[in-house]
Amino acid sequence: MALLNELAKKKEGLVNGHRLCPGCTHPVIMRQVFAAADTDKYDIIIAAATGCFEVSSGLYPYTSWNVPWIHSAFENAASTISGIEAMYKVWKRKGRTNKDIRFIALASDGGTYDIGFQALSGAIERGHQFLYICNDNNAYQNTGNQRSSATPFGGSTTTSPNGKIKFGKEQPRKDIVSIIEGHHLPYTAQASPSNWRDLMNKVKKALDVNGPTYLNVIEPCTTGWGFPPNMAIEIAQLAVDTCVWPLYEVINGKVVINYKPKKKLPVTEYLKPQKRFAHLFKKGNEYLIEEFQKQVNAHWEWLLKREECGIEYGTTKE
Amino acid sequence: MAEKLLNWDEVLIGGAIKDPGNSKQYETGSWRVERPVWNQDTCIQCMFCWVYCPDSSIKVDENGKMTGIDYTFCKGCGICVEQCPTKPKSLKMILEAESKGKTEEELRKEVFSSEK
Repeated sequence: MALLNELAKKKEGLVNGHRLCPGCTHPVIMRQVFAAADTDKYDIIIAAATGCFEVSSGLYPYTSWNVPWIHSAFENAASTISGIEAMYKVWKRKGRTNKDIRFIALASDGGTYDIGFQALSGAIERGHQFLYICNDNNAYQNTGNQRSSATPFGGSTTTSPNGKIKFGKEQPRKDIVSIIEGHHLPYTAQASPSNWRDLMNKVKKALDVNGPTYLNVIEPCTTGWGFPPNMAIEIAQLAVDTCVWPLYEVINGKVVINYKPKKKLPVTEYLKPQKRFAHLFKKGNEYLIEEFQKQVNAHWEWLLKREECGIEYGTTKE
Repeated sequence: MAEKLLNWDEVLIGGAIKDPGNSKQYETGSWRVERPVWNQDTCIQCMFCWVYCPDSSIKVDENGKMTGIDYTFCKGCGICVEQCPTKPKSLKMILEAESKGKTEEELRKEVFSSEK
């Protein structure tokens, strides 16, 4: 991986002038993706599902994209990119193009975990060559912080508010990476913009795979999660250091953990700066933090054991 | 803003935009409440501000070195200041109102002089 000074010389794929909130990490992630992509070698085409990023970077008659970019509905970013990729294959076969093109589908957690899930699952099953990036901001932030199946346990949103009776969302979040992994695709990973080198490596790897790949990226949302805009990258770092958001990849079913915190921080470090978890620190709610920690530990230990196991999918047949 | 909206028969099919990256015509710098001020004397050119900037507002020359901040687009989120690793920090936030009518050089002297 090149030094940042080298990468800074490249032409930006996403330009400024988009109308995302100050301190939003969507463009941070996307700029890192473009920095990682080997744009001298291949071109990139993007399909974006409805979400914060899509509506703020494509406000007609403006676009912030320097690459071909197509807006699709909330549920079908994966289907749209499948169609483009299928057409590209036909064109290549018929000799209408000899360009090397890579495909990226972009969506947030609403368009991935919930609404866009069947389109994504279908596209992976059909085996199109594309990278699906989910910028996970833990709720429907575009419409004003409604609960999604990516909202973590205890998180307060407008449709799962905390009050006298309820304490925010009662269910743990969906483990999307494991669900996607169930399709037995060649490459799945989880990344964070705070660890840019790791994210760039993963994007590079994923774009070179001949088949569907999936990347889940944490996207701290300053308005929805309730923290000052300048804290965005630190929150992502805290999520990684507390193992709330482990950085790992699954290559043909084999788990590789890319970052093991030297000292695993307690989840309170991650929860404390965020307003959506403020009620967990009220008197009498200590059991909720314990429960949160338990869930995080369980997942982390499961990952560690899987890594230790080191079994690849399809190699135990003999 | 676009000077004149297009007529229905002038809009391209599918709402296509022919001009990639034309959001550069829309200046988001007016959103700013606080502005970052850069001190090139202590800057170590690590480019962390560049990689974490949501608005691509860190100006870079052809050698990949930082040359300043693009105030036409910087929304003043302060991520660059938070991520700056030098001690003392090479970037600092000041209120936009306090910067009125001063050049970048004047501001830099004013903000960073106390540390020397």
